[in-house]
Amino acid sequence: MCTTCGCGLSQIRINNKPMRIQRQSHQSLTYRPLRPSPAQNHEPIKDPASNPLKAKNPGRRDHQTSETRMIKIERDILAENNRYATQNRHYFSAHRIFALNLLSSPGSGKTTLLVQTIQMLRNLYPIAVIEGDQQTDHDATRIRATGAPAVQINTGKGCHLDAAMIDRALQQMHIENNSVLFIENVGNLVCPASFDLGEAHKVIILSVTEGEDKPLKYPDMFQAADLLLLNKCDLLPHLTFDTGLAIEYAHRINPSLPVIQISATHGSGMTAWLEWIEACRRATAGALRQ
Amino acid sequence: MHELSLAENILQLIEDAAQQQHFTQVEAVWLEIGQLACVEHESLRFFFNSVKKDTIAQEAKLEIITITGQGICDRCHQTIAVNSYDMACPRCGGYAVTITQGEEMRMNALEVK
Ligand SMILES: Nc1nc2c(ncn2[C@@H]2O[C@H](COP(=O)(O)OP(=O)(O)OP(=O)(O)O)[C@@H](O)[C@H]2O)c(=O)[nH]1
Ligand SMILES: [Mg+2]
Ligand SMILES: [Zn+2]
Ligand SMILES: [Zn+2]
Repeated sequence: MCTTCGCGLSQIRINNKPMRIQRQSHQSLTYRPLRPSPAQNHEPIKDPASNPLKAKNPGRRDHQTSETRMIKIERDILAENNRYATQNRHYFSAHRIFALNLLSSPGSGKTTLLVQTIQMLRNLYPIAVIEGDQQTDHDATRIRATGAPAVQINTGKGCHLDAAMIDRALQQMHIENNSVLFIENVGNLVCPASFDLGEAHKVIILSVTEGEDKPLKYPDMFQAADLLLLNKCDLLPHLTFDTGLAIEYAHRINPSLPVIQISATHGSGMTAWLEWIEACRRATAGALRQ
Repeated sequence: MHELSLAENILQLIEDAAQQQHFTQVEAVWLEIGQLACVEHESLRFFFNSVKKDTIAQEAKLEIITITGQGICDRCHQTIAVNSYDMACPRCGGYAVTITQGEEMRMNALEVK
């Protein structure tokens, strides 16, 4: 899994400009640096007997020599990502921006869907788009052709967007209050599920040409999603794709996942999708007011 | 899962701790990784070994504790072992399970000098 990913910071570009490093430069670092996180209390464990690890792993601490000491950390490995995600979420709520994170494998129709959606929604709300791809600004160009503002993040070899990239993209955009913000993630059915960007909801797009078993093969993504759009349904007459079975598999992973069957190119199902957006946008705004 | 990102985040947590706790070398890193967190341990070790070079953690070993998956069946309310998201409840066959344990990715402790 993911042995091809190599998110070096130097490779990340936003609107074709390298993403700047924000870490204070008192150290030379050879890994992808992020901002230093706010002070955490790393409580030293003085008495080795009180070390919870020791209790859990009796006999495994043999190599601990007298000069070494144990320090308790107790932090989520993705704490830094989650801190940025929280910051993004605060920004969205302060400006009443409704953000959706669109996830799918490459080519399932995310950009086509966005272009259609923008055309149908643009008289109702201001719309903005953040596009994530490893290379090229093709997708941002397709979005800008609709008149909606779009920022392109290029992740280089990295195979997902993270919350820090969104933070930097937001600093380069002017998003009107009350906007709907679509974030098109990098085409990948694995990693993007684990990285909270600060969005209100994750939407997964599965096209009918990909096979019914994708929910079982890539369960994390289906588990994390709040809506499944089954796209390219116009092609069903030409395929042996079993829609009922695909939905059954998706519900094994996530029993309450709503499913909408659409065709981004022919327009079927689009009304139900727009209604879902409106209902969730209202629910998110309502939750904020309380 | 994205093991390279995780390895980089682990190193970041170590460097943050080093600034506050004033240690100069890390001997071991204790992680708790849930069975459902979809982390390939070998891949994580591989990437950690490559990102730790020339850092304070260059000598550090990864000690990974696996946390088994557990959940409560939404239908029969029994606590069940969950080893994958597509698992049905062994008692009633329901697929709706609320996960209570097994998704964690935490750094617990560091052994330092
Ligand atoms: N028949 C049919 N083709 C579609 C539909 N939606 C998208 N496509 C086609 O699928 C191809 C990929 O569409 P994109 O919108 O670029 O897909 P994407 O998910 O944005 O792709 P990446 O950003 O590269 O991951 C294009 O040739 C689209 O015309 C659909 O509903 N029906
Ligand atoms: Mg696209
Ligand atoms: Zn990856
Ligand atoms: Zn049950």
